[in-house]
Amino acid sequence: MNPLTGYLLVAALLFAIGLAGALTRRNAILVLIGIELMLNAANLNLIAFWRYGPHPEALTGMMFAIFSIAVAAAEAAVGLGLVISIHRHAHTTDLDAMNRMKG
Amino acid sequence: MQDTISFTPQLGASTITGILWLIPAVPIFASGIIAILKQPMRKTSSTLAIGSLGFSLLLALIAFAHVLSGWAHGQAVRETVNFTWLQFGTTNVDLGWVLDPLSAVMLVMVTFVGLLIFIYSTGYMAHDENYTRFFCFLSLFAGGMLGVVIANSILLLFMSWEIVGLTSYLLIGFWYQKPSAAAAAKKAFLTTRVGDVFFLLGIVWLFGQTGTLLFYNSGAGSMEANALTALLHQHAAFGLTAAGAIGLLIFAGAAGKSGQFPLHVWLPDAMEGPTPVSALIHAATMVAAGVYLIARVYPLMQAGALTGGTTTALVVVTWVGAFTAVFAALIAVAQNDIKRILAYSTVSQLGYMMAGLGMGGVAVGMFHLITHAFFKALLFMGAGSVIHGCHEEQDIRRMGGLKSDMLVTFLTYTVGMLALCGFPLLFSGFWSKDGILEAAQHFSVSKVPFYMLVFGALLTAFYMTRQMSYVFFGVNRGAKNAHESPNSMIVPLAILAFFAIVLGFIGTPAWPWFHSFLEGRNVKFEPGILIEPGLFALMASSSVVVILGLVLGWRLYGDNTPRPDESDVLERALPLPWKWLHDRLYMDELYGMTVIAFYGWWAQVADWFDRRVWGGAVTAVAWVFGLWAQLNRFLDTNVVDGSFDKGCEELSTGGGLLSRMQSGRVQTYLRLLALAVVALAAILIWSSRA
Amino acid sequence: MSIVFYIISGLSVAGALAAVLLKNTVHCALALTIAFAGVALMFLELDAQFAGFAQILIYIGAVAILVVFAILLTRGSETPKDTVYSRKPVVGLVTAAGIFAMLGWAVLRSQQFLPGSGGTPTATPPVTVMDIGNALMGRYVLPLEIVALLLTAALIGAVIVAMHEKESAK
Repeated sequence: MNPLTGYLLVAALLFAIGLAGALTRRNAILVLIGIELMLNAANLNLIAFWRYGPHPEALTGMMFAIFSIAVAAAEAAVGLGLVISIHRHAHTTDLDAMNRMKG
Repeated sequence: MQDTISFTPQLGASTITGILWLIPAVPIFASGIIAILKQPMRKTSSTLAIGSLGFSLLLALIAFAHVLSGWAHGQAVRETVNFTWLQFGTTNVDLGWVLDPLSAVMLVMVTFVGLLIFIYSTGYMAHDENYTRFFCFLSLFAGGMLGVVIANSILLLFMSWEIVGLTSYLLIGFWYQKPSAAAAAKKAFLTTRVGDVFFLLGIVWLFGQTGTLLFYNSGAGSMEANALTALLHQHAAFGLTAAGAIGLLIFAGAAGKSGQFPLHVWLPDAMEGPTPVSALIHAATMVAAGVYLIARVYPLMQAGALTGGTTTALVVVTWVGAFTAVFAALIAVAQNDIKRILAYSTVSQLGYMMAGLGMGGVAVGMFHLITHAFFKALLFMGAGSVIHGCHEEQDIRRMGGLKSDMLVTFLTYTVGMLALCGFPLLFSGFWSKDGILEAAQHFSVSKVPFYMLVFGALLTAFYMTRQMSYVFFGVNRGAKNAHESPNSMIVPLAILAFFAIVLGFIGTPAWPWFHSFLEGRNVKFEPGILIEPGLFALMASSSVVVILGLVLGWRLYGDNTPRPDESDVLERALPLPWKWLHDRLYMDELYGMTVIAFYGWWAQVADWFDRRVWGGAVTAVAWVFGLWAQLNRFLDTNVVDGSFDKGCEELSTGGGLLSRMQSGRVQTYLRLLALAVVALAAILIWSSRA
Repeated sequence: MSIVFYIISGLSVAGALAAVLLKNTVHCALALTIAFAGVALMFLELDAQFAGFAQILIYIGAVAILVVFAILLTRGSETPKDTVYSRKPVVGLVTAAGIFAMLGWAVLRSQQFLPGSGGTPTATPPVTVMDIGNALMGRYVLPLEIVALLLTAALIGAVIVAMHEKESAK
């Protein structure tokens, strides 16, 4: 088996697990956890492709992954700040209860 | 002795013929101007009317002089100006006018008598508030009548004929607020209309058969040889040729306008109009239009006659004329309205004219027409003067003894009366009536018309004497302060009286200028002819008849005419015949029972038909529409609105359903996103796979 | 595929599963840390040393801590009432499974086209940290600056969002 394939499969699995978590758990924070997992899976994909790609010395994949990590961190910070703010307001982190945007 | 010159149509019309159209056009134009004048401009309107007719008189005299000079040089004048008015494919509708001796004498008579009556009207209608309207209509009438006279196209003749009929209606009903006047106008119009229908049929037939509307058109006209022979070869019903049938149809039209039996009923009622109207229209001119028409189409009426013989059409004309003459004279004997006596007298004299045409030819009939125009107009105007003087009294039983109060009127009236009776030698009526009697004597078909006409002459003398006795002699049974009329009324009377005497001399057998002029012959003065046995006997017998009538009338009435409450002498003697005659021999009642009743019934039928059948049809259509509207409403409410409402409901429901997607819950959105991504990616991969 | 790979991937997957499935949120956060560590190890395995250590530093050192902080700060309603899963979790599972299936199928189908399929492993790329530094300051300086801006904005935003709203309380 192609080594790349293995990594890609693992990344896909991680992604799916992250997605499942984001879609099924009630707690808002766990949704964010799922999202982080998805991002990680994407980063893994990127690095894998960089390693087995044609021009690893161009560092494209690596750079991409690094920036992704940075952005993920920023987004996690803001997201969690939002959750805390909502919790302060509604005294819950239950996503099912937050349906004031119901149309 | 008589050199007949056939009329050679001249190729180039003279100047006067070229402007002949002005003769009717100027009065019509004046009428139009009067109609749009700011009311009331009395002086202007009468001046316009009189001026226009005077101008027409001038032109008529010039035309007459032209024809006369042609005749004097031995050339028969018949000049025409024709032009095409409309064109339908190959068919031409032509109009045109003709100047020949017949139209020339008629022009002079109409314009001259008309002018005198116009001047008379300024005095008679002076106190009427509708003075301007009167002159407008009079002018229009004059134009129409002159159009009839000069018409060379039978269509133009008919158009002018209708104008004349219209103005007659307008003028009879001049005082339209009076119900009797309005009814009389309507009666006149409807009765002449009956005649006009037949006339129109004749015109259409003639046009269809000959292909031309023109009388004279350099050989191609309907009164010229080619057309007439063609008409003679066509056969119509009852053994008549087309020429005879058309002639009879045209005579029917003339009978309506000229008041022949049985279409005479409108003439006495037409006396509701003002007296100048009666004088002009119902004595001198319009009623003469019928006679003139027969004279105009005389070649047609005469076509097919063997030398010395006559045609069916002319025989019919003669009989109708003779019968009318006696019929009307009988009724006139028992009338008490001064104008009504004169009206019946007119009907009677028209019968004479028709009989004269039938038996003696154009000249005989036309001569009596011309003389009659003058003395009848004189008599009517005299009657108008009397009415005016007696303060609008018209019943002769309430007049009397006016000979001293109204001298000029009396004298002129006497002249007119003697002319009408045909008093021997001096008066024009004698010569013209004798011409007719002479023709009647030589009538090949029967001698009965002669005797009828002689009897009519007796009656004429009788009833005129009766009238004069009632009006001018005896004691004054009516208004005590009768006065003579103003000069504007007297002078025309005098002029007419003069002509009533003088005109006779142009038609005596000794010097038959009139007849020769019309027929294009040379004339010689032969006094010896008067003493010829046949002619002398005739003259003597007619004189005897006239004098007998005068004496009879004088004996019965004379100076002691009865008072209004007393009954008439004759009435006491023969009460039942008197009643019949007084009631106009029940002609109107007969019409009422037959024609009017039938018309009423027919109107009812038409009403039923209209109400039930057409009304029913309309109601049915409306009902169908109502049904349709209901169907539409149902469709609109249920189908259109229903579907629309349903659609909106569905939309709303669908929206409701779709809004469930907006749960407000993040995870639902995420799920949808993920699903969509899956789907899109699958599509992409699947498509790129191939 | 070497045994190392299987161990590391197993670790990551286990950690991820735990992070998603456990009831206690703190346990989930800790499991997440393990997942992050596993991914970092995989980075190292792939010769992306800088990325791996950056992963450890940032994800485990910052993000995970942040998650724990958030959990602890929102502890009040932590007792699960009914279930930890939202309504109809099947849909989410099915969706995730679908994604995994699709991705997996795509990867497996295109196996022969992927580089490194020849069997012989490709050479280790000669990448040093200095190269990364040069790249950051050279070729990727614009993204760097933008990310810096982003981080600043995120910092300020997070502070504002999570700040106590003292004014409205009065």
